[in-house]
Amino acid sequence: MSGSPIKVVVGKPGLDGHDRGAKVVARTLVEAGMEVVYLGLRQTPESIVAAALEEDADVIGLSVLSGAHMTHFKRVRALMEEKGLGDRLLTGGGIIPTKDQETLAALGVGKLFGPGDDPDAIVDYIREWIREHPREDAV
Amino acid sequence: MAQGTTPIESPETEPGRDFTTVSGREVKPVYSEADIAPDDLGANLPLPGEYPYTRGIHPSMYRGKLWTMRQFAGMGTAEQTNERFRFLLSRGQTGLSTAFDNPTLYGWDSDHPLSEGEVGKTGVAMDSLQDMERLFDSIPLDQVSTSMTINAPAAWIFTMFLANAERRGIPFEKLRGTLQNDILKEYIAQKEWIFPPAPHMRIITDLFSFCAEHVPQWNTISISGYHIREAGATAAQELAFTLQDGFTYVEHALAAGMSIDDFAPRLSFFFNSHLDFFEEIAKLRAARRIWARHMKERYGAKNPRSWLCRFHVQTAGCSLTAQQPEVNIVRTALEALAGVLGGCQSLHTNSMDEALALPSDKAVEIALRTQQVIAFESGAANVADPLGGSYFIERLTRDLEDEAEAYFAQIEAMGGMIQAIEKGFPQQELTRAAYEYQRALSDKRKIIVGVNEFVNENEELLIPILEIDESVERDQIAAVKKLRETRDNIAVSRELDALERAARTHANLVPHMLDCSRAYATEGEITQTLIKVFGEFREQSFF
Repeated sequence: MSGSPIKVVVGKPGLDGHDRGAKVVARTLVEAGMEVVYLGLRQTPESIVAAALEEDADVIGLSVLSGAHMTHFKRVRALMEEKGLGDRLLTGGGIIPTKDQETLAALGVGKLFGPGDDPDAIVDYIREWIREHPREDAV
Repeated sequence: MAQGTTPIESPETEPGRDFTTVSGREVKPVYSEADIAPDDLGANLPLPGEYPYTRGIHPSMYRGKLWTMRQFAGMGTAEQTNERFRFLLSRGQTGLSTAFDNPTLYGWDSDHPLSEGEVGKTGVAMDSLQDMERLFDSIPLDQVSTSMTINAPAAWIFTMFLANAERRGIPFEKLRGTLQNDILKEYIAQKEWIFPPAPHMRIITDLFSFCAEHVPQWNTISISGYHIREAGATAAQELAFTLQDGFTYVEHALAAGMSIDDFAPRLSFFFNSHLDFFEEIAKLRAARRIWARHMKERYGAKNPRSWLCRFHVQTAGCSLTAQQPEVNIVRTALEALAGVLGGCQSLHTNSMDEALALPSDKAVEIALRTQQVIAFESGAANVADPLGGSYFIERLTRDLEDEAEAYFAQIEAMGGMIQAIEKGFPQQELTRAAYEYQRALSDKRKIIVGVNEFVNENEELLIPILEIDESVERDQIAAVKKLRETRDNIAVSRELDALERAARTHANLVPHMLDCSRAYATEGEITQTLIKVFGEFREQSFF
């Protein structure tokens, strides 16, 4: 994958309409040279993973401010394993208590960001993760 | 601009400091007579209670009546929220405000497959009249005013509220409160819609008409800038898009044959109070002046009550930080004071923990106490519009008014607000503003204490955090399934069929929704019935 930009699928699973953060992050990733597929609102874990598969994304980013993060992150992570995307990064952000972030990390979910975090820190995190986790299909 | 400017150079400026407002507006070191038009302190600035109400809607403002202290509350089941309501009333709150969960806001039942994980999380779960009965159990609905924050399915949640009042023998004429019912800002900012705009606008107009006849003390809509601001808008954009939405509702009701003074006195507004103290006060003053002028001069309203921009204010959720959450008490106090000095009719103060979770009892009590300190200790409630006549405030008020008028002209040129929304215009304006604000934070041109400056690296979270138990969803699903087995399903089908037939005509739909609610039809059943006729809205995604 060297040379081609990092590809990120960004989506909002469930019913949450708070898309300010997801849009700011999407634009920040594009400005940083990544390719972003922005799926928008009212996605399901199935639709997000299907898009990631079709786009051959390196990263899936979920935004959840509705309190339903445990349901959505767990299901997306499980579907990623099932569809052969287990080696890709699942990250995201929202109103997610530290305790829940720890539970999700144990299930293979990456770092999660919250209010006040600098979007540039998300860029740095994704770049570093990709460097440290070369894809298994990389030539 | 007719005004000149104060001829003061800025001789000394600390390097690296930013002197723009939270909306990015340049402000000068000092303001004087040279910054305002000659009449802006005279003929253009009558006393509070006088048209165009720049200085407030009542002559004596809070001496006559304090603002209503109304904390937005809702979580888990109807019983849990009922308990929170009674807790707040026992602590001196003077009105109720209901937060519904996401499935309810979208018109879905708790057992809809896509409701999974969302039931009771960010508000109370509401499926039918049965939940409404439990939500307001033992609360005197003829004495306490009740606000309900719901939009796309507002009309059929409201008919559940009416059906509950009816069962308790409370006449509709005695009910006081507010239904948010503002679909346009959903397309712009909050994104909780069901149908395309036209059928939603029809149902809103139906509700104006029904309430004018049957529920005369009810505020039929709360035209909301709050969510537009939270989604990233500047103060001027919030002001302009909200009032333009208001004009759009007025024009639809007029087109449906209502006369302006029959519905305009029951229109109400809802604004954000963000951190930039003076700009927020000016925005609220400008809102009153613009609305009064348009209602009187453009739409020909004769009843002075139709001219009044009456509004609720909520402090800015987006200004709260997850870092050092106790500092949010200070932010909220400043924002609340701006709301009061801006002349609000009711006020919600955010709790310090809302960047982390729904508020705990402790956090919400401090938030309410903040309002009480402003009302009873600070002296701010003793004098109407105490900042009126300040060169800076009057100049800002005028500038915000001019900026809003420029947006009105731009939106009218697109064919109106609905066309502008369909083009994505307001959505793109505020997405851009949100990105620019975030850049200002990343570059440290703007400072947020404890977030990008004065950071406490070893911070420990020392406040309680509310959790919603997973059993809420299971219990709520079981309750709605049981309801469907025990109610009179023949009556439910009959009323839903009648609603569907009416939706295919031009009949007012509210009486049919009331019949469905009385029969314990669920929210989701009513929604699905209407989707058969009206279809669903799909958004074009962009960032």
